[in-house]
Amino acid sequence: MALEKPYLDVPGTTMFDADQSRIGYHLNMFCMSLMKDANRQRFRADERAYLDEWPMSEAQKKGVLERDYNGLIALGGNIYFLAKVFATDGKSFQYAAALMTGMSQEAYLAMMVAGGRSPEGNRYVGEQQPGEKN
Amino acid sequence: MARITAGVATSHVPAIGAALDNGRSTEAYWAKVFAGYEFSKRWIAAQKPDVVFLVYNDHATAFSLELIPTFAIGCAARFQPADEGWGARPVPVVEGHPELASHIAQSLIQQDFDLTIVNRMDVDHGLTVPLSLMFGQPAAWPCKVIPFAVNVVQYPPPSGQRCYNLGKALRAAIGSFDASLNVQVWGTGGMSHQLQGPRAGLINSEFDRRFLDLLVNEPDVAARIPHIDYVREAGSEGIELVMWLIMRGALDPKVLERHRFYHVPASNTAVGHLILENPE
Repeated sequence: MALEKPYLDVPGTTMFDADQSRIGYHLNMFCMSLMKDANRQRFRADERAYLDEWPMSEAQKKGVLERDYNGLIALGGNIYFLAKVFATDGKSFQYAAALMTGMSQEAYLAMMVAGGRSPEGNRYVGEQQPGEKN
Repeated sequence: MARITAGVATSHVPAIGAALDNGRSTEAYWAKVFAGYEFSKRWIAAQKPDVVFLVYNDHATAFSLELIPTFAIGCAARFQPADEGWGARPVPVVEGHPELASHIAQSLIQQDFDLTIVNRMDVDHGLTVPLSLMFGQPAAWPCKVIPFAVNVVQYPPPSGQRCYNLGKALRAAIGSFDASLNVQVWGTGGMSHQLQGPRAGLINSEFDRRFLDLLVNEPDVAARIPHIDYVREAGSEGIELVMWLIMRGALDPKVLERHRFYHVPASNTAVGHLILENPE
């Protein structure tokens, strides 16, 4: 019997559950390797060659090269592991969050200072207004 | 006997640590956050706890996907601040309390909470940012700290009820330690926030304020909040709030609320903070 996943209808959200963790194992372990400065230097020197040392899918490698964090989350990436990639780039959590929402840094910062993204219209898939982003 | 005198709840946003470490705490944006802890610093200077049992979560720092303990207790004599990819935070080494930690581990396992015992572990911002918020920037932390890491990285974390019950068992464990110690239990993480995906930036101050009220006055109700409510209402990372229930379970049913602070934002996150005392 399938496990209950009541979170699948939360918009713009991927829970890092056991299935995602299994799919993303090597991707996340690659990210983890960037905790070591020597590895960060090797990665920066030749990203593709470094990625090829890991048994990741081609789509996962491409996602890393393009810094497509939403894509990587769909492919099993976890944000705390992906943080090692944007930390290697010298970027903050706020930078990455803005990128994933499709907002500019300025607009994202302004939204947060104004109280953050409202839960109104953001609880269930399909309840957003037409043309509105999650 | 050892006695739990008080509980502290606080967010542990990494950017708060960075603001402090980089001398930016007086900037208008950050001053509003640190203002909420001015009372707390005076309070804890007077309280002088011997030991803080600090409930937090590791953020893919000490634990990768190789090993994912649901509850892990740090029994070492010291814990180094971790290099999280930017170099280690310039904060003191964390001194543990191996005797009390080992006692708690044995007691909790005998009370049916199957802990993972950790004798070597670096500690990340989840543990060191709360220490900075409460103690500022001392040359050495003024008390011993027992790190207690809860998995909230891979879903599902333990339920709120499980955490609350663990807190009650923790109270019995600490109360049976045969040494005169003033112990505080801290619960960290939260409040509402989401760090991932197109819904990043979610903040639900209504949920947060209700959670603060429930935690103080109706913890049995707070303990029954299901995971999906945290995720949907408080963001995928808002689920960290289950850790506050360990702190609350360790306190008396009726507590004195000495301090409350709530502020939006710190980076992507709503900052919440409580100081609760057990009546004499």
